[in-house]
Amino acid sequence: MLSVEFLLNAITLGSLCALLALGLVIVYGILKLVNFAYGELIMITGYTLYLLNASFQLPWLVMALIGVLIAMFTSYSTELVAFRPVRTKSLSAMLITSFAVSTLLQNAALLLISPRARAVPLPKLFSASLTVMGIAIPWRNILTVVTSLVLLIGLTLLLKKTILGIALRAAADNFRMTRLMGVPADLVISTAFVISGLMAGIVGLFWVGRTASVTPTIGGAPLLIAFVATVIGGMNSLLGAVVGGYIYGLIFSFLGVMLPQTLLDYREAFMFLIVILILLIRPEGLIRGAGTGERVG
Amino acid sequence: MLTVENLQVAYGAILALKGVSLEVKEGELVALIGVNGAGKSTLLLTIAGVLRPVSGKITFGGDSLVGKSPEEIVRRGISLVPEGREIFSSLTVEENLRMGAFVRKNQAEYQQDLEKVFALFPILKQRLHQLGGTLSGGEQQQLAIARALMSHPALLMLDEPSLGLAPALVDQIFDLITRLHQQGTTILLVEQNVDRTLQIADRVYLLQTGKVKFGGTAAEVRHQGEVEKVYLGGVE
Repeated sequence: MLSVEFLLNAITLGSLCALLALGLVIVYGILKLVNFAYGELIMITGYTLYLLNASFQLPWLVMALIGVLIAMFTSYSTELVAFRPVRTKSLSAMLITSFAVSTLLQNAALLLISPRARAVPLPKLFSASLTVMGIAIPWRNILTVVTSLVLLIGLTLLLKKTILGIALRAAADNFRMTRLMGVPADLVISTAFVISGLMAGIVGLFWVGRTASVTPTIGGAPLLIAFVATVIGGMNSLLGAVVGGYIYGLIFSFLGVMLPQTLLDYREAFMFLIVILILLIRPEGLIRGAGTGERVG
Repeated sequence: MLTVENLQVAYGAILALKGVSLEVKEGELVALIGVNGAGKSTLLLTIAGVLRPVSGKITFGGDSLVGKSPEEIVRRGISLVPEGREIFSSLTVEENLRMGAFVRKNQAEYQQDLEKVFALFPILKQRLHQLGGTLSGGEQQQLAIARALMSHPALLMLDEPSLGLAPALVDQIFDLITRLHQQGTTILLVEQNVDRTLQIADRVYLLQTGKVKFGGTAAEVRHQGEVEKVYLGGVE
């Protein structure tokens, strides 16, 4: 039962969850805001692919690149237009703002495009697989894992080696003191949102690739996964987000093979049950971060 | 260099500073003393741009600082070592120092600055790759001061640097402040350790419930017995 295929599937799902969680927690670490409009960035990547495909003849890679860039730009713009004006107000104000942004984007897609699913172009490679020692591994899975590794390494280098990256970590540790070092508040927050958009955009490419389609509500599930993964891993730690993401992927895949056919529909319920158990044992998540828990004021 | 005029600062409806005026000249070591709740930290936080005054003026090198963000004020050369050190505990000592040098344009000088800081705080060189949170209290205080020095501040503000330190470390911190002063750094120092502070300060302001009760040289303060009045139950 715990075959190579199972492990590969679990790692693939885990990689996506880890990226999703990272994108959510990089903003949370600094603003203490769970950005509920995060899932809509995935939707935006999907619709960008759909629209580009319907209008132009472009190679998939170019469309994918544009899709990710649009997600980053959208993330950056929502911060600028929606979150920045309420940043110094209450946390509830920011939280409600994120719900509003989420609803607004979903309804825009509903009105301007369609409530129905729209087909998204996929590269041929996504439906091919590689056979190694008699095991067929889908290329989509290989690409997911490789892309995630590249992103995780890249992000680690950014956060450890560049002054902007160190400033991002400092801001998550103690925001007021980071400003007292001369780091502009807007700069770190904008950077966090751009990185968040990058994560959502890349995940988006693979997420819409699962069904080759996009709907206005496609962002709901990944948002929930990202949230649950960060809660498991610990909301104040980037490492926690990655660990939480992989654990989520592992448990979820495990439930998929363990549960009898009749209970498979309740996979999410079992998932949450396990999450509750984890939280009972470690309420602060598996990895404790260093954040002060103080909000940006 | 720094002039504060009739500064009023409130937390909600409560006035913490009720019209404070003071001055720090270039090269001076000016101390702010007073009991807890007198408004000393509030004053430093307001100068640093963390708190916004209700009214009054703060000018530094001829420019008004009121309404400026903390990051702008650091760029103008004021560096604050806050009470409780507030080092970045999840960053290494070196990363803490790099953050301190964030406003420095010339990153080539970074290595030189680092050497200067190590000369003042040899322990930090040994701890360079350790996380800030794993340092002892005294080491954290040294890191907090070193981090502030990395920005080459024209004015260094220290908020209770000796708080919570063992007596031997208190000596070390006061020696250090004296040395920085002798090297020409302008310092605004908030301290509870009044005796030691009066020994090293050029001038002293005595704060009481949000007002300047007395200002003068250290000798004048001692002579007038103002300190005793304030600290030993001198209620107005």
